[in-house]
This record gives sequence, structure tokens and C-alpha cells, in this order.
Amino acid sequence: MAKHETPFLDQLESGPWPSFVSDLKQQAEVRAKNEAGVEFQIPVDCVEDLLGVVELSYKHGRTHWKHGGIVGVFGYGGGVIGRYCDQPKLFPGVEHFHTMRVAQPCGKYYTTDYLRSLTKLWDLRGSGITNMHGATGDIIFLGTTTPQLEEVFYELTHNLNQDLGGSGSNLRTPADCLGSSRCEYACYDSNALCHFLTNEYQDELHRPAFPYKFKFKFDACPNGCVASIARSDMSFIGTWKDDIKIDQDAVAKYIANDEAYPANAGAFRGSRDWGPFDINKEVINLCPTKCMWMEGDELKIDNSNCTRCMHCINTMPRALKIGDERGLSILVGAKAPILDGAQMGSLLVPFVEVNPDDDYAAITEIIESIWDWWMEEGKNRERLGELIMRQGFQKLLEVTGIEAQPQHVAYPRTNPYIFWKEDEVEGGWERDVVEYRKHHLR
Amino acid sequence: MAFISSGYNPDKPMENRITDIGPRKYDEFYPEVIKKNKGKWSHHEILEPGVLVHVAESGDEIYTVRVGGARLMSTTHINEICEIADKHCDGHLRFTTRNNIEFMVDSKDKVEPLKNDLKSRKFAGGSFKFPIGGTGAGVTNIVHTQGWIHCHTPATDASGTVKATMDELFADFQDQRLPAQLRVSMACCLNMCGAVHCSDIAILGYHRKPPMIDHEYLDKLCEIPLAVSACPTAAIKPAKVTLEDGTEVKSVDVKNERCMFCGNCYTMCPSLPLADTEGDGIVLMAGGKVSNRISDPKFSKVVVAFLPNEMPRWPSMTDAIHKMVNAYSNGANKYERLGDWADRIGWEKFFEVCELDFTHHLIDDFRQQAYMSWRQSTQFKF
Repeated sequence: MAKHETPFLDQLESGPWPSFVSDLKQQAEVRAKNEAGVEFQIPVDCVEDLLGVVELSYKHGRTHWKHGGIVGVFGYGGGVIGRYCDQPKLFPGVEHFHTMRVAQPCGKYYTTDYLRSLTKLWDLRGSGITNMHGATGDIIFLGTTTPQLEEVFYELTHNLNQDLGGSGSNLRTPADCLGSSRCEYACYDSNALCHFLTNEYQDELHRPAFPYKFKFKFDACPNGCVASIARSDMSFIGTWKDDIKIDQDAVAKYIANDEAYPANAGAFRGSRDWGPFDINKEVINLCPTKCMWMEGDELKIDNSNCTRCMHCINTMPRALKIGDERGLSILVGAKAPILDGAQMGSLLVPFVEVNPDDDYAAITEIIESIWDWWMEEGKNRERLGELIMRQGFQKLLEVTGIEAQPQHVAYPRTNPYIFWKEDEVEGGWERDVVEYRKHHLR
Repeated sequence: MAFISSGYNPDKPMENRITDIGPRKYDEFYPEVIKKNKGKWSHHEILEPGVLVHVAESGDEIYTVRVGGARLMSTTHINEICEIADKHCDGHLRFTTRNNIEFMVDSKDKVEPLKNDLKSRKFAGGSFKFPIGGTGAGVTNIVHTQGWIHCHTPATDASGTVKATMDELFADFQDQRLPAQLRVSMACCLNMCGAVHCSDIAILGYHRKPPMIDHEYLDKLCEIPLAVSACPTAAIKPAKVTLEDGTEVKSVDVKNERCMFCGNCYTMCPSLPLADTEGDGIVLMAGGKVSNRISDPKFSKVVVAFLPNEMPRWPSMTDAIHKMVNAYSNGANKYERLGDWADRIGWEKFFEVCELDFTHHLIDDFRQQAYMSWRQSTQFKF
């Protein structure tokens, strides 16, 4: 028998999509029965109370969680978010119900052994409720009490070789796409770069020293599966410099509508019939720079005019392959709308090699020059994108030592209000007004 | 329940302390065929919605069955996922960036038994535990935030709005009939932990009432300068207030007409709550994308300024989303994302074909960039 009546939530159990309510109910039951004989370190009925408090929110149309409060593990300024219920008498099991962020493995591959070690720990010391995964990418442990925070951290670090993720004005846990581990479009090994930088910057991730949050995300190609261009202060997007590789025999098979060569790798296999594949209509005419054409049976690409949008490669993946001179572009300053409106990442580095042999020195140099500037000049709660807006893109080029290139702009400025610097103007700004007046009477 | 020590000694927190070790290394968790063929993949193919094969240069294949899931997940459910992965996938699995789960097998004959197993599993309430889909030109899982399950500033619930929406769009999760992929995202307040601002369709919780001020307690519970500086629009200033009993207390004054309802002040100061049954609800945005394919990445636009919170299933919201998806499906060209379609037909047509009302709230008046969205042309459609 459920501890709380949940008439609103019960209506979210029907329908085909996996019901979080059904899952919470099964968890509540598993805890109540406790067939595994777990010595629960937080209230056994916390999931019942979680259902109860969410039901109350459905009744009121308002949340019943209080703002954070300062809790954490010793020496870290992030990784734990305090959470308290505002109806502790009604729902004592969730009176203290803190979140812990656990750094996820790059690419989000798991073994069942490892996942089970996490669930075992979380059953013992927490609610057993998680997010797989949080919006930034971490494994989220949802709901435990203050005394358990150090215990969970101790077990994670000592027994599971596993650390917490970031929160607050820190480097947030970096996140990546699966990259070359299982994707032929990958222009670099996003798992390796993400893992290296996550470890390189553990101090920045755990101890708040930044003006505000800072996010890295790694997309191994311009398709952008982790949305780095929209969601990260520094976005690392794979690209290439040389030619798209063409297999003309495979092109012919696409044109011939060979069954083993479906358009867009089978992405349109569904209930709608779009008719036979038409290379002109579906590839050549949709190329944003119109740099492709057929010469007889041969597909031609003017690679010098290609902007690597991925459309032709996505559409005919067996015929067209990314080039071999690979690296990544760095875009900076993306953020959600709060405060000055949303910002998309702006291109700072058109191309940089991804070289694990020198510990990605070309990339870390840029990261650190940006951080030096932002930590010096950034106001409290000012994201990198806002600092760039306030001090200018030219300032960003100056602090990173990067030369201005036409690739940096969609189009040049439409106003002539150039803030010339004194050393850019011959003779400087110190002038002799007496000499001037000899030729220009008052 | 007796306290069980992990070994941590609260009197000597630094004793044997291990810090800064980061996440587990990714390649510990790769399936064998991934380990062997990493960086040497030739091509992939979606065999049917939710089922992919990746073919390596070596000729090795890996078959993936993708299933949806609520990102809010119990250990019981995770243990069941592990049981399936042990049974079919040599104990390996992965999660996608959009909260899907991927079960991978190394030969084709293992696909059908895996699919059948996944399809057979249902929750007691009747919903699928592991619906197969989420690939190609369809709807994939919704990325979202915490909502009423665990956050202090939400203007709506996240898990519930997502469940209601995915039930509505479920056929398109398991099909690939749309002109292109359609990405739906959900964030439960405008701070957007979920950064939904570049999604084909975005569901956003929004408050519409400025904070209430709990004068009697404010100075006892809050650092007033922090509350003042937390406000992005400088609507909050320190003030002295006389309570009903005549005592004068330090508090704040809120310039209500400057409030943008973000709740940052409440994060800093619990005496400034702003949640409200009538004030809070849903904003719908549309037409964003993050991919560089064909056109540049673009922001989503606000297409419905406000819908009330209609617990537990938000029917006005799912109805508006349904109308948009259908109009897009009927009107867009193959490969055209929702935002590219709306740009091509014009937003005045978008509102017409989606049967959505255009109101003055949808004209931007926030700071300088507002101007960029007004029409500076005589080219428009009647």
C-alpha cells in the first residue's frame, strides 16, 4: 500500500513512453520489501515521500524544494548541490535530499559490473534515484543526507576509482560525443581529448575560482551531436582541411538506388515513401555552396569552396568520406539566454591539430590564455560570451595572440566606428597645438 | 538503521583522502569490437527505426538497438538494464547524449532476440520500459531538466511534460517519416540548465510574477548585497521596511516592471519566492538547431508566449506541439529541418499552417538584438 495517494501522478503511468512514475513506484516497493537486505543509510521510504512531494507539486502547480544551502565534501567547492524539502513534516524521508554529480566516462560507455557497483553504493547510501544523465553530462545521484556525502565520496574514490563532477563557478564536467569509437564521421578522438582535459583541469573542476560556470563540449564532426556550439563556453568541433574522399563506384550505387546504399544511411526508412533517391535533388542542389556537380557518371567536388557542412557525407556515407588532414575548430562563448540573450559559439580557431603526443599543447595554450583573461576581467556571474561582448572580439584575439582572419566574421562590420589604438596611427596622439595654430588661426 | 562507515574519519578528513582522480577511463568500458575497430569505421546504416549497424574497415560489424528512457531512473531500472546487457551484450552498453540507451551486439543473429526481449518488458502501469526507436528522420528522446522532482526554481515540471509529450509523439519516436530529425528539448525555467534554445521544438517553464518579499525574515536568512547583485536587470535594491508591529527591518525593494522572472534572487535569498500557480506555465519555442548541416546552427524562436500548467498531462501544450509537428511533416522538403522550413515559407505562414495565434508578446523587445528580428523589407506574405 502506497504511503501517499498520488491521483495526479497515477495518470502519468499510462501511455507508451517509459513512465518515471511507474519506475519510482517500483523503486519504492523494492526498498520497502528489501529482499537484498540493504542496511539503508537514509530513510527507507524516501522514494514514497518523493512521490508524495511531487504529487503535492502537481496539486499546487508549484515546487516544494527549497534553494540549495551550502553542503559539499571537504576541499571541493562543487559536485554536490544541497536540496531541502519545504514540507519536511509531511515528507520526512526527503527533508534533506542532496544531489551528487558523478563524473561520467567519456562516450558514456559502461560495463554492467561498474554500473552495478554504482547502484549498490547508491542503494546503501542514497535514494537509489538517479539521472542517467544530467543536462551537463554527469551521472546524477538524486537524494541523500548530509552525513552520507563524505561516505559516498570516500567509497567512490577509494573503491570505484571515481571522482565527482563539477558544479558552481567551476569548470563543469566536460562532455563529448562518442567520436571515433563508433562513428566514421569523427575528425578526432573526442573521448581521448575530453578525458585528457577533464583530468588536466581537475583543480578548476573541483575548486571554484572562476567568475561563473565554464563548459567544454566536444563534437567530433560538424553534425554536432552534443550541441557544443550552443551549449559550451568552449566548443571543440572536428573538421578537416583537405578533400572529401569520393568512391565513384559507391556514388553509382546510390544513383542506382542499390538497396545496400540507402539515402542518409537509412534515416528515412519509415512509413513514408519519398520515392527513389535523386542525387541532384537531394545532394547537389542542397549543397550550401553549390560546389558539387556531375561530369558524366562522376561526382565532382570543388573542395576549395566546400564549407564541410556534412550534408553530402551524411546523405551518401558509403561514397563520401571526410578528408585525412583532420583537426578541430574552436568556437567560444556559447550560452543559454540568461542574461543578455542566447549566444552561439563564435569561431576563434578555424583549425588546430589534435595531437595527443604533446598533450594537446596547441589546445591547452588557448584554453589557458582565455581563462587568464576571463579570471582577470570577468565580473561575478559573467560568462565568457558576455565578457567577449563587453570587451570585444578583438580583445579576445589580443589575449589569445590569434591573428584576425576573414573566417572570424560572417561579414565585416557595418559601422565605421573603429576604436583605433594610438600605436596603430602614425605619429601617435600627442600633438603640438601651437604648431597646428600656426597654420590654422583661431 | 545503524550507521555504516565507509572508512572515512570525520575527525581526520585529510587522512587517506583521494581527490582529483576524474572519471573512469572510457576505454575500460568499450565493448571488444569497439576497442578493436576504434578510428577505423567504414560506414553505418539504420536498418529500421532504432536499429543501426556500424561496419568497420576490418569487416567487423556492431549492431546497436537504441531505446528511449526517462532520464530519471531508479537503481532497480538500471539493474534491469544491466541484466539485459549481461544476457545479450557481454555486459556492455552505452547512453547517448539524449538519454537513450544503446545495447550493442557483435552479430546480426543476436539482434532479434535482443529486440524481442526489450519489447517484452513493461512497467506495471503499462508503459514500455525500453521502446526501440529514436533514430534518423524522426523524434528522439527529449533532453530535459529536473522540474518539480528536485529543483527550487522551476516554473513547471520536467518529467511530466516530457512524458506527456513523448506519449503524444511516440509514433514518430518509432518511425522515420519526418522530413529530417526533430529534436525536442525541455527546460523548467529560463535559466535553462537544459539549454533548449537551439532545438526544433523547445518546452520552457516560465514564471510571470515577480518575487514575493518575506520582509520579516529576509535580513535573517539572506545576504542582502548578494540578492541585489543576483538580479540580472538591477530590479532589486536595498530598502528599510517597517513591519506591522512597528519594527524597522532591513530588506529589499523589487521594481516589479523590471523583473524578468529568472529566480536568480531566490537562489541567493530564500525570502524571495516567486513560484505561483496561475503565474507559472509553459513557453513554446521552435525552429532551432545545432547541426551545421546545409544551414548554420540557429536559435529557437518563441512561438507560444504562454500556456498554463495543466497537470498532469498539459493537453494545451501537447496539442500545440502536435500541430507544429504535423504542419512541418506535411510542408517541409526532405532534409529540411523545422527552422529551415519556417524560414523558407516565412514565419507569417508558419503561424497560419500550425494554427497558432500570433500575439504582441512574440515581438522581441529585449535589448538591442530585438531590432534584428523586426522586418526590414517590403517582402512579406499576406
